Amino acid sequence: MLTRLGPMLAIGLLTAPVAFGLAGTVLPAFGYLPALGGMEFGLAPFATLFAEPAILMSALMSLVTGLVTAAISLTAVMLFTAAWGGTRLFARIQHLISPLLSLPHAASAFALAFLIAPSGMIARLISPELTGWERPPDLLIVHDPLGLSMMAGLIVKEIPFLLLVTLAALPQVKPARMRALIASMGYGRISGFVLGLWPSIYPQIRLPVFAVIAFATSVVDVAAILGPTTPAPLAVRLVNWMNDPDLSMRFLASAGAVLQLGVTAAAILIWIGFEKIGARLRDRVACAGRRLRRDSGLRWGALAAMLVSAGAIFAGLLALGLWSVAGLWQYPDLLPARFDLRNWMRVLPSLVEPLAITLFVAFISTLVAVVIAILCFVREDEMGYPPGRGALALLYMPLLVPQVAFLFGLQLLFILTGVQATMAALVFAHLVFVLPYAYLSLKDPWRAFDRRYDQIAAGLGKGPVERFFQIRLPMLARPLLAVAAIGFSVSVGLYLPTLLIGAGRLTTITTEAVALASGGNRRVIGIYAFMQMVLPAAGFAVATIVPALIFRRYRDMHV
Amino acid sequence: MRALLFSTALLAIGTAPAAADTTQPDPSNWDAVLEDARGETVYFNAWGGSQNINDYIGWAGDELKERFGVTLKHVKLEDTASAVATVVAEKAAGRDGNGTVDLIWINGENFAAMKEQGLILSPGWAEKLPNWTFVDVENKPTIRTDFTVPVEGLESPWGMAKLVFFYDTARIKVEDLPRDTDGLLKWAQENPGRFSYPQPPDFIGSSFLKQVLAEKIDDPSLLLDPVDEERFAEVTKPLFDFLDGLNPVMWRSGRAYPQNYPAMKQLLADSELDIIFAFNPAEASSAIANGELPDTVRSFTFPGGTLANTHFLTIPYNASAKAGALVAANFLMSPEAQARKQDPAIWGDPTVLALDKLNEEDRARFDAIDLGAATLRPDELGPALDEPHPSWMERIETEWKRRYGVGN
Amino acid sequence: MTDAGLFIDGVTIALEGREIVSLTKRVAPGEVLTVMGPSGAGKSTLLAYVGGFLDPVFSARGRVFVAGTEVTALKPEDRHVGVLFQDPLLFPHMSVGGNLMFALPEAVRGRAARVERVAHALEGVGLAGLEARDPATLSGGQKSRVALARVLASTPRALLLDEPFSKLDAELRAQTRELVFSKARESGLPVLLVTHDAADAEAAGGDIVRIGE
Repeated sequence: MLTRLGPMLAIGLLTAPVAFGLAGTVLPAFGYLPALGGMEFGLAPFATLFAEPAILMSALMSLVTGLVTAAISLTAVMLFTAAWGGTRLFARIQHLISPLLSLPHAASAFALAFLIAPSGMIARLISPELTGWERPPDLLIVHDPLGLSMMAGLIVKEIPFLLLVTLAALPQVKPARMRALIASMGYGRISGFVLGLWPSIYPQIRLPVFAVIAFATSVVDVAAILGPTTPAPLAVRLVNWMNDPDLSMRFLASAGAVLQLGVTAAAILIWIGFEKIGARLRDRVACAGRRLRRDSGLRWGALAAMLVSAGAIFAGLLALGLWSVAGLWQYPDLLPARFDLRNWMRVLPSLVEPLAITLFVAFISTLVAVVIAILCFVREDEMGYPPGRGALALLYMPLLVPQVAFLFGLQLLFILTGVQATMAALVFAHLVFVLPYAYLSLKDPWRAFDRRYDQIAAGLGKGPVERFFQIRLPMLARPLLAVAAIGFSVSVGLYLPTLLIGAGRLTTITTEAVALASGGNRRVIGIYAFMQMVLPAAGFAVATIVPALIFRRYRDMHV
Repeated sequence: MRALLFSTALLAIGTAPAAADTTQPDPSNWDAVLEDARGETVYFNAWGGSQNINDYIGWAGDELKERFGVTLKHVKLEDTASAVATVVAEKAAGRDGNGTVDLIWINGENFAAMKEQGLILSPGWAEKLPNWTFVDVENKPTIRTDFTVPVEGLESPWGMAKLVFFYDTARIKVEDLPRDTDGLLKWAQENPGRFSYPQPPDFIGSSFLKQVLAEKIDDPSLLLDPVDEERFAEVTKPLFDFLDGLNPVMWRSGRAYPQNYPAMKQLLADSELDIIFAFNPAEASSAIANGELPDTVRSFTFPGGTLANTHFLTIPYNASAKAGALVAANFLMSPEAQARKQDPAIWGDPTVLALDKLNEEDRARFDAIDLGAATLRPDELGPALDEPHPSWMERIETEWKRRYGVGN
Repeated sequence: MTDAGLFIDGVTIALEGREIVSLTKRVAPGEVLTVMGPSGAGKSTLLAYVGGFLDPVFSARGRVFVAGTEVTALKPEDRHVGVLFQDPLLFPHMSVGGNLMFALPEAVRGRAARVERVAHALEGVGLAGLEARDPATLSGGQKSRVALARVLASTPRALLLDEPFSKLDAELRAQTRELVFSKARESGLPVLLVTHDAADAEAAGGDIVRIGE
């Protein structure tokens, strides 16, 4: 009975907020919002929207950002997997990059900003000796009008994500045997992979790729930290309108959110066009039988791309950590003139509350998400068949619909029902985003569990509850905790849902960090971004250490 | 479809007025206010982009808790406008009591907007607060007139602000410093890429625009009245001619702007900018004390005068903790809190109090403050230019956004 | 109409309308019924039906009696039917002793009594004193014997063997087979053996049913 609740809860949790939220966004976009005196449907909000200066420029920027981010990160992952898959180096790089997955977007954006700014670490490293820059060059790098640094900030974060989903899909195509087979036909490593294996991998990672496009077209925090300001990308402007004292701006913001929805949809449609062109191109090359064996340049290039993207973040994080303990640190000094723990001492008191809220919300939403995911899987086991494609698409809904597009409406709903800025509302909003990740990452370990253990235990006279708590749960402890760590890191990194639903009263480390970004105080940003980095890392550490300790006597429980 | 209907229904419900909070504290009966306030939680909506200000508010919270049993929660805003937006939204949704905002750090356009829409606790309460007796109403006219709008006790003064420029003596000689905005333009042309201003509608950035306008306008009396739309283009032409000239020689050639004052401060520390400015004369000393700026930074103003104003605290009409908010506003106006605030090592925000109205002990608190080498003495600050009517700020920001805020 | 032992009464299993097994058979206590057939013929499906863990994609009818009680509608845990698979499937998060403790019926009360029973069971399969060992450190043959001890410790009324010897090498296979059958005989358990190895069937000595041919 309880397990039947699982799928219902999951579907309700994933669709209701998105559906209600969209309604709450779309209605005001067409002028209907009785609470603000909008009683009649009309296109006036859109007229205002398109009269906004450079609105199409903002929309175009968002569209291009989404496509470029997805294209570059996917290409890098594909080439890297093609060139190095199955080697020891691949495994090493994979270990290097995986932790970045849990790093909140805002923290990695800060890391990049600290690195590439004209007064950043790179400039300091090579100045003035190599460049002659006695003072930082007047170069528009961070906040550049083309959004290049914003895209870079997104790409370095999406590469680990796409690499991980690719790795999850890889075993199903039996890569080792296929590689050998294709190589025996004389194909180069990369061309063999791209022509022979990638076509069966890509359909499995298509939804995650769409999620990347949706995220990159509508991102707010990374755009605020690295993105252009004249004009800002669409989503950033929307959030600003949403916060405007002139309440009629809400109509404009809602119309803008509908435009955002269109931009994201357009980006995905264009991407589907790319897919078709890519497939045709691939078929042509494949039919021509071109072996393309000389790919060493590309192989090293792919490796370099991965190393640079990971290296940039790690170097940036280091810079960030340094700033958090820096006293006076002038350009072009590579290190602070003196170190000073005062920054930490000063920030610590104001860190306590957001930290407590971050931990509480992340903990509860993760716990609930994992429980619901487990209920879903138990129900699936009872039914004997997995959910269809439709259910899977449902799962991706909160990741495919731009956050601004439904969070505006959801916020409105929460205001009207008087639950805005309550802990329950915030946990609920986080759950919408944590649940998909919990479900998706628990799917494989759950299905990999050998059902016969269950049957043996049943044969020993053990009922379902006993079997679950004494066999299934302990045996899946490690993957469950890993899933919890993922959910935890997702929650810690959520910016927009926290900002809109927490309404400034419930703030987390991430909303505080992004709020401080505008202040440009590198020391304080360093501290917050450092905390952002530490929290998920601590989550993963717990997820690794706890089962290792509990099961230290049992070899097969180690991985 | 059902989802649509349901949410529509909810929207309709939302328009029904909530039960109003009828208890209205009376500041002239202060003991009753104190009693009322005990145990209340005051959500203080204040710009949160500066760590030392946040720390100061944190200190005030600790004191309020200990002395009056009032819990002060700092809701850190990027822009005060969002607090106003919240109150507006709550009024629109019929939430006339139990509002989520109790106290706002405010002045200028936001105050004008709230006052005009009747969103402030009234009748006027600020001049009935016990610490009002110390306020320097005689010599600080901006305390009773906020951006040309009469205050009428609807907000209590918290601090004084004056536009002051900072530079690094390690890079600029005193004799090269500009003496007015024209001089600034000339200096920028000679030193391209070394000057910028925060992107309007940032408060400091918009203030810079107003400074230029106030200096350049033919008839300054026009600024005391709301914008006359018909003459706007003509009247502001000198301002935008100036900006057109300044833009190409600015930092990043005017294609990007620092987001606010602290960002400019970092750019001065990084020696990307050579001249920056703030609304707080003690800012530079405070930054030096915190290791954020080198100790070679000094201040200057224009002999012809720079903008000056007062910043305030106000209480929304639907605040949940009105008594608590009154107690907080009164405490933040107390000699003790004001003296601490003026210390550059803490914040460095000039007081609204008249030192000659204080008792000896309190005056000693102010005398003990080391303003630091980078802070100008009050008599060195130069004349004060009045803030224009708030409608100017809004109108200039829109025009600025149209011209420079969209890239090219 | 039923007595002790295992009685499979008119059991028919179908997948998407296609019948794959149909059987009526009685297995007396201590005897072995061997089901043989090529892989994919549905041998294990029959076993799953008797054990009560048939995948819901199959449709099945017919009745199963264990020691005179009809178990067809009972949950697997209420059937008292022990299973051995080709892998020993020892619970990796419990010690050898823990695995057996877990299997021991609740009716055996008192710590001392339970410890005693576990020791006795391990002794019965020639592994006395290995209680504290991590199952992962045992050899393949040892693991199989622990699995046997574990299933016997739960005092089942029938035993289902799903190719339990197929992963052992030839010598070990004969030994283990002998041990399993002798233990089953000793305990008077009816055994249903599924295999594709003729030697298994021969060693079992009971009836042989061939399906899927």
